[in-house]
Formats: sequence, structure tokens, C-alpha cells
Amino acid sequence: MSALLEVNNLITQLRNGTRIVDDISFGIRTGETFALLGESGCGKSMTALSLLRLLPDGVVHAGGTAQLDGVELFGLREREMRGVRGGTAAMIFQEPGLSLNPVLTVGQQIAEALALHQDLRGAAAQQRCAELLAQVGIPDAARRVVEYPFQFSGGMKQRVMIAMALAGQPRLLIADEPTTALDVTIQAQVLQLLRDTQDATGMSLLLITHDLGVVAEMAHQVGVMYAGQIIEQASRTQLFAKPLHPYTQQLFAALPDAGRRGEPLAAIPGSVPPPGSITRGCRFAPRCGKAWELCGEQTPEWTMLEDGGGVRCHLYGEGRRGKREGEIQKGSEAKIESGVYPSPLSLPSSLLEVSDLKVHFPIRKGILQRVVGQVKAVDGVSLAIPQGRTLALVGESGCGKTTLGKALLQLIPPTAGSVQLAGRELTGLAARELRTRGFRAPGAAMQMVFQDPYASLNPKMRVAEILEEGMAALNIGSGSVARQTLIDTLLDQVGLARSAKWRYPHEFSGGQRQRIAIARALAVSPQLLICDEPTSALDVSVQAQILNLLKSLQQELNLSYLFITHNLAVVEYIAHEVCVMYLGRIVERGKTEEVLRAPRHPYTQALLSAVPRIDGKGRGRIRLDGDLPSPANPPPGCHFAPRCGLASARCHEASPEERNVAATHSVRCHHA
Amino acid sequence: MSFMPIILWSDALVFLLLASGIATAWYVRRREHLLLPWRRVAQNATAMVSLLVLSLFLLVGLLDTLHYRAALPETNGGETVYSPEVLSVFDKLVEPLRLQTEKTYSAPFALTLYAKESISDAQGNVLHDYPRLRYGGAHLADVAQRNGDVVKRALTGALGGLLAGLLIALGSRRWLVQHGLPLRPMLIATLLLAALIGATAHLAAAYHVLGTDKVGQDVLYLSLKSIRTGLIIGTVTTLVMLPLALFLGVAAGYFRGWVDDVIQYLYTVLSSIPSVLLIAAAVLMMQVTIDTHPHWFDNSAARADLRLVFLCLILGVTSWTGLCRLLRGETLKLRELEYIQAAQSFGVSSLRILTRHIMPNVMHIILIALVMDFSALVLAEAVLSYVGVGVDPSMISFGTMINAARLEMGREPMVWWALTAAFGFMLVLVLAANLFADAVRDAFDPRLNRTEAVA
Repeated sequence: MSALLEVNNLITQLRNGTRIVDDISFGIRTGETFALLGESGCGKSMTALSLLRLLPDGVVHAGGTAQLDGVELFGLREREMRGVRGGTAAMIFQEPGLSLNPVLTVGQQIAEALALHQDLRGAAAQQRCAELLAQVGIPDAARRVVEYPFQFSGGMKQRVMIAMALAGQPRLLIADEPTTALDVTIQAQVLQLLRDTQDATGMSLLLITHDLGVVAEMAHQVGVMYAGQIIEQASRTQLFAKPLHPYTQQLFAALPDAGRRGEPLAAIPGSVPPPGSITRGCRFAPRCGKAWELCGEQTPEWTMLEDGGGVRCHLYGEGRRGKREGEIQKGSEAKIESGVYPSPLSLPSSLLEVSDLKVHFPIRKGILQRVVGQVKAVDGVSLAIPQGRTLALVGESGCGKTTLGKALLQLIPPTAGSVQLAGRELTGLAARELRTRGFRAPGAAMQMVFQDPYASLNPKMRVAEILEEGMAALNIGSGSVARQTLIDTLLDQVGLARSAKWRYPHEFSGGQRQRIAIARALAVSPQLLICDEPTSALDVSVQAQILNLLKSLQQELNLSYLFITHNLAVVEYIAHEVCVMYLGRIVERGKTEEVLRAPRHPYTQALLSAVPRIDGKGRGRIRLDGDLPSPANPPPGCHFAPRCGLASARCHEASPEERNVAATHSVRCHHA
Repeated sequence: MSFMPIILWSDALVFLLLASGIATAWYVRRREHLLLPWRRVAQNATAMVSLLVLSLFLLVGLLDTLHYRAALPETNGGETVYSPEVLSVFDKLVEPLRLQTEKTYSAPFALTLYAKESISDAQGNVLHDYPRLRYGGAHLADVAQRNGDVVKRALTGALGGLLAGLLIALGSRRWLVQHGLPLRPMLIATLLLAALIGATAHLAAAYHVLGTDKVGQDVLYLSLKSIRTGLIIGTVTTLVMLPLALFLGVAAGYFRGWVDDVIQYLYTVLSSIPSVLLIAAAVLMMQVTIDTHPHWFDNSAARADLRLVFLCLILGVTSWTGLCRLLRGETLKLRELEYIQAAQSFGVSSLRILTRHIMPNVMHIILIALVMDFSALVLAEAVLSYVGVGVDPSMISFGTMINAARLEMGREPMVWWALTAAFGFMLVLVLAANLFADAVRDAFDPRLNRTEAVA
């Protein structure tokens, strides 16, 4: 089979000569999926934009060729190139909410592509629009053609984007992180759709992603990118069976899962270097556990392997194979920090006790602002967290898990229910009382670590000021000298240099910022940390660093965590107990092994099966149709019934009560 | 004593501003991390050249703020009698400019008036011609010598200025290098400005460099005197407006609910009344009060000055709505950010969140809005003076200058120099302020600047 796309020595650089994409070569055969895998900032998206010649201002193509279907893309004039974009090659983007024009109907937007590339207009175009929407699995397509993007959910919008890309009947589809902004169940739907479309049309797919799970499900060939270069290329099976480059190996090792529960993750120290910062030697050398002198001096050449793959590493260079083999093994073992975490002593008493907590937001309408309904964001949640344990709260976006976290901190006043921290009732306390008697009192404090490390630190305050703020508000540490000592201790605890305290947050990478955010929470010596998706904005290698930090802090300080997340792999790794939340209610709870190994609720089962697994072994996919219903208008009876495969008449009428299926495992389902 | 110092209301406000400026500078000097952004400003060539130009304007404004009454030669029974006229140090420095008034309009560098008059020559013949000016080029016997003389004077003046500038440059060189200031642009700007000032000064001694106005006053003098009025309107008004806009805007955005409703109603109502009407009503009321209480004022300067201060107050009270709305919107966005919620979960008080978290993060908007407003306010003064509710007619300002010149724009041949002078001075002032503020904003944005750790 011949290659549809053949990229040779592609170089893209800034005007000052900094190379963002540095000498990349790969090929995609017809009907095949090629995945570009890499962390943020390594140049994957720039590669795609270079191919379509859509580079932003200040970034230029500086060399190399790209032949699509025998046509040299960089030799075309801009007019001819417009025929290629959307015609031979189409692209879909990460954020479906931002890639559709909100003031045009989806039909008009698809028709635009049809008019350009298929020369279809009028009724024929309308007809074809409806066909395309039906093809991407949008129900009642003929009616929805005239709807506006805001009437579609996130997953539906991504389907519309795919329909738009398909309108030109492309031979190559470039998908830039197509599912990163979507929930796992929706992600599973979209990935399935891409596979089906590929089977039906025989197009090739260039998939750009940071998610090893997505690669495992989708790709035939994989190129691993690091700092602007492809450092390893192999077929999927080879890559997952035997990764060669130390970076790839460490990327696999950094993935959290249940198998590594007791031990720290093999985090890659540091973060991806900014483009242009390393000019000599291997770009991964500073973070590599196997680097030796040569790696710092000489840039490794691309080494072709017999099986068709290739790798850019001195370990596999001429005459070095075999010779270094022994040391490789030694190096990789030394990399993993020694010591196994002992499991904490479980104490019977609960630190945090929540019963029947409700947070309802009134919907107001009209001039008089009359309340016409309630958004039941959290609808009767009860949970308990013992000292030194981690409870994970799992659910898709919009299920109310973040609202629950904020309601516990009294950032959002709960409508009903009680929150008791170390035996003290928190709801209904005034702000001043909260500070002196409630969770903000030293010794019984509860603090939060937020999702986005870029939004959670004030850009105008230096690290020392950020850390000092909580202490000042709660009168911890007398005098500035005592506080400065405390700040030094905190920075040591979270693994940052003491000199960091005189810098501003923007000078740190995402992972370092999250460490600062954790230090800020620890400054008031809390007993419970509410971690709201603390790693979802971070790269895999950095995520491992933060998870390790959280685990070791738990050991040292006997902290309890409420870990809010949608990432089930993280849950398996870090949590002792799990609560699965759906539309404001907890549908299943229990010990991590119980819930994740033997899920009883159909929603938990579907959620688990939707997660792409890197071993490529699905557990018999359960497809969930549709999206999460609006909490303003929840379905009657069991909230999950409309999407549930097992639903019977009873499910649509009566809401199931919580039933124990084991001593520590309970579920809210009529069928479990 | 040969003079009696006078402190007018606006002088007091200027001194207050100056004192707080110096106090801030002193405070910042001792704190390394606060000093750092200013160091970056100091390294920016555009900013420093703008500052140089701006400081010349400020110098003129400050000199013009030191008011006094001169002692008259005659005494009243051993007691010194002071002239009723309030002068400033600046007036004294440029006394020839102030006193050498012609009869009416004359063009820049002209030797004759702009209007023909009946004049009788030595023979007693009555001619209808342009009469020679009393002061402008009076030293020239022949009209034909003028061009040569102008060039000669300009060159010698520029040369003198250059020499003075060179001395200053050599004297401050070490200091500039020590503080890492951009040497070359600063030196070039200093020399250019010195040459320009030298040439103008030397020419102004013999000519009306920018012509004269309707009553024969030197336009250069008028323009220089207008600087103080412009600066006061720009800064004092801001002083009144800023606390209102900042406090109300940030409070409305942060507290939401009824606080937001009340503040929004307030500024919606205020901004829906035509502002000229509102200002006119307030100024007229003030005018009546001033006129009915003449005994409040020792002299006409005090009256004109109080009117200026009140104009600033009124402008301030009516013009805070735009900035307030901007700040409310920005605060609405900021309050949802996670660092605000983190502070809330520590139980940090609302006031502290407002001052520590929200205000520093809206400073860039304030800085830009203020500089934009500065030029708008100087222009607003011109418009109000036109309607007759601006500064006191006896007070020299860009507004009164433009207003007077406007009447002559329709005339043929046109009197263009008064308007051009006002336009040129305002342009340079506002442009310098804009460029400087831009550099300050960039220097204070931590995202644009990666600092090294300073312990």
C-alpha cells in the first residue's frame, strides 16, 4: 500500500529561528490511523497546522516537504491550497464549543463546506447536510439541520464538526485532541464514530493526542513527539509491547493504576523544555534516567529498526546496542523511588460526616424574579471520610461534584443537610464563626486544591505572599519571621526550592504551580484537603509527580482527601473508597476494589467500559447513548433510566433507594 | 519682604499630590520587589524619553504653581503694600513674554500687525498699511533683514542650548550608566530638547515665536500658562473620579446582589443625563454662589482658582461612570477565578480580597483608562469653555485658547497660529503621557516579565 501522506524533514520555526517542529518525517497509508503522541508544548498541533499551512503569525515553515496524495503541499499556491483544506484534508479541533460559529445554524455551516468542495447548493445541499448529520449519529437529523450550535451538547457539537469535516469527502482527516474536552462516555461515542467513519470511507486519520488510552484504541502507527521531534515511531502493538525510547518507557511507567497502588509512580522529573532551550545533545537528556555523557554532547540520530519502527536515542545507535543493555535495566530500576507506602492505620471515627446535603439553585424569571424552578445540583448526598483516608468522588462534568466540594467548604451555602467536621456542625455558621469555631479553626481545617493551576494563583502576588495569606487570615504563626520559617518548611514539603518564594506564579510550570497551590492549602495545617481535579490540567508525567506528592503528604501528615475527579485510573491509584455521582446523587459507593473491580450500578459499569485502556483489552463495551440530562429538569424516577440499558417501567417511576450489596458496598439501583 | 507667598486651593491640591508622589517613591525605594518594575520602566527607551518630555511640562506646571504677590514700591505707614495681582514664579521667569503685548493679532515671527491701520509716516501722510509691531522684531531697522536675523538667532540659540545640554549630559552620564538607563536615546533626546529650548528662548526674546492673539498677548506665553490648567484638570479630576469609580465598580462586581443593583441604577441614571447639561447646571450654581459672596476672595485669582477646583470636582463626579462599568465587568470575571475562592476558603475578609486580589488585577485597566481620560478631560474643558461653563474667562487654558481661536478660523486670511499652538502642545503632552503609561503597564504585567528570584 502506498502512503497517502508523506512528510519529510518538516521544520517549522519562529521568526527568531527557534524551531517548534524540528525535522519531522512520517508517512500515513490510506485507511490507516497515525497517532502523534506527546505532552503539551511538544509541537504536535503545530505539525498539523504546518501541514495545512494554517500557521499563526510569527511562525513559519522553514523546510521539508509534505506530499498529500502525490501533491506537494508546500509547492501549492494559496488558492490551490484552499481546495486542499476541507477537500483532500480536513481538520477537527479540540474545543467543539469554540469551533462552531454561534450565529449560524449547523446546516448553514455544513452547507458552506459543501458549496466549496462539492459544488452543492440549495435543496441538494440541505439533503446532503441531513445525510451527513445522520451519518455522524445525530438523531432526527433533518429537523436538527436548522438548529443553532447552542442547542447541541458538547459531544453533539463535536459530531457536527466531524460532519462538517466529512462534507468535503476528505482522504485525510486531522483530528487535534478531538475528545480531550469531552467526558469519557462521550469520548467513547466520538472515538467509535471516528472508527466507523474510517471503515466506511477508507480515509486516513492523523490523530493528535496526549492520551495513551486513546492511542491504544485508535492508532495503527504511533509517533511519539518530544520537544519538537519525533523520538520514537512504531506500530501500536510494538509500542505498547516494547517501548524503546526512555521517554516512552517512563511515560508508561508514570500512568497511575491499581497495580501500582502501594508504590510511588515513576514520575519523570522536571517538565518539557521550552522550544529552543536545548540546542546541544538529546532533548530528553536532562530528564532521562539513562543519560550518559554522550547524551549531553551529541544529538542522537534517527535509528531505523528492522521491524520498520525507529527511535532517536543513543542507546540504539550504531554499535551501542547490547553494550548498554545491562545498564539500561539498572538505570530504570534506580529511577523508581525506593520504599513502599504502608497502608495507613484506619481509624473508625470519621473526620468529615456529610448527611443528606442538598444544594439547589433557584431559577428566576420575569421582572419580579419569581422562582420558577430549582437546579438540583446536589440532591441529598451523604458521605463520610475517616482520618488519613482518601475518598474519590467520580462523575462526568455537570454531575455536581465540584458544587458538592464547594458546598462542603461553605463557599456555596447548602440548601439543606448537615456537614460535620470532627464533630462540629458547619452549615448555618456565619463567616466569622466559621473562622473561629468551624473548619477554618487551626487543627480542624479543611482546604481546597483547585483544578486549574493557572487560575488558582493570583498573578500579582509572589509565592511568599500567596502562602502567607491564609496564615494571616487565621492568625497562624506570630510575626513575620515565624511565618517565613513556616513558608520555608512548606516549600520543602511540596518539593520546591526555597528561593521560589520571591517569584511570581507565572514563572512556574503547571506542575510547579499545582505544588504551590497545595502548599497554600497546607499552610493552615488542615486535616482534610478537597482536591478538585488537581491533575486534569497537567501532563501525564507531571500528574505522576503531583499524585506522588499527595500520597507522601498523606503519609507524613495523616491527611484525609476528598478527591474529585473523572479520571478512573487516578482513582484506582490513589483512593481508598469511591463514590460515583450521577446528576446530583451518589449512585454507587464502596471500597475502590469493590466498585472498580465489580461495579453493580449500570452507570458505573458503562463509565468503566468507556475508559480507553492502554492494554487494548476492552471489557466488553457498554455504549451509553445520549448525554447527561439537565439538572434543572431531571428525568422522573431513576435519573439514569433514560440512558440505561436495563431500565424497566419501575425505573421510570420510582427512584431507587440505597441498598447494601456488601458490608462496605452500596448501590442505588432497582436491578443491582 | 519683597513678596508674599500665596497658596491657592489648586496649589494646595498640587502640593498634596506631589507630597503623596514623593512619599510613594520613598516607600518603593526601600522595597526591592516594588522597585523592580520601575527599574524595567527605567530601561525602556520610549518611556524614559516620554518621561523627559513629561517632566518638562511638569516643571513648567510646578513653577506656575508657586504663587506670590509682589511688594509695591510705596509703603503705607511703614507697612509693606502688596500688589493685588497674583503672579507665579513662572510669570517672573518669562516676564518679557508676559508684558510685551501688541495691539492685536500678529503672525509668528511677524514684524507687523495682522490688520491694516491708518498710520501717519514721518512726512505726515496718512497711509493705510500694516503697522510695525511694538516689540516683535523692533530691533530691526529693515524688514528685509528679518529672515537672516531669525536664522542667526535660531542657530546661536540652538548652539547655546546644545552646549548647555552637553554639560547636563556629561554631568548626568555617570548617573545614567550607574542606573542602567538607556544612554544613547536619553542623550539624543536631551540634546534635541536643549537645542529646541535654546533656539526658542533666544528667538522669543526678540520675536513672537507663535504670534499674538486678539489682545496682543504672546501665544507662546499663553500655551505655556495653559499647561498648568491642563495638568490640574487632568490630575485633580482623576483624583476625584478614581476612588468613586474604583470603589463602586469593584464593590458592585464583587458583592453582586442589591449592592450591584443600587450602584448600577446610580450610574445608569447618572450617565443617562446629558453630561454637559449636568455640568452646566452645577457650574452655574457655583457661579451664583461665588458671585454673591465676593468677600470670600481676596483677589480675582483666588476666585478663578476656586472655580477651576470646583470644575474638577464636578467633572470628577460626572465622569466616573464609564470606568466604573469597566471595572464592574472585570471584577465579575475575576471573582469567579479560583484564587479568589481559595482566599474565601481561608476566611479572608471581603475588604482584604478586594484590596489584595481584585484591585491589583484591575490596575492595567485603570492605568489605560486614566491616560485616555486625561486627554478627554483636557478636551472636555475646551468644550465647556465654549459653552461658557468652563474655567473662568480670566484663566488661561487650552480651552479658552481654542475657543478664542475658533472664532477666527472663518476669517480670511485665517488666524491659524493660536489653534496650532494649542493643538501642538496638547498633542505632545498627551502623547508623552500615553507612551509613558503604556510602558508602565507593560513593566507591571508579571506575565510579560520573567524576574529572577530576589531574596
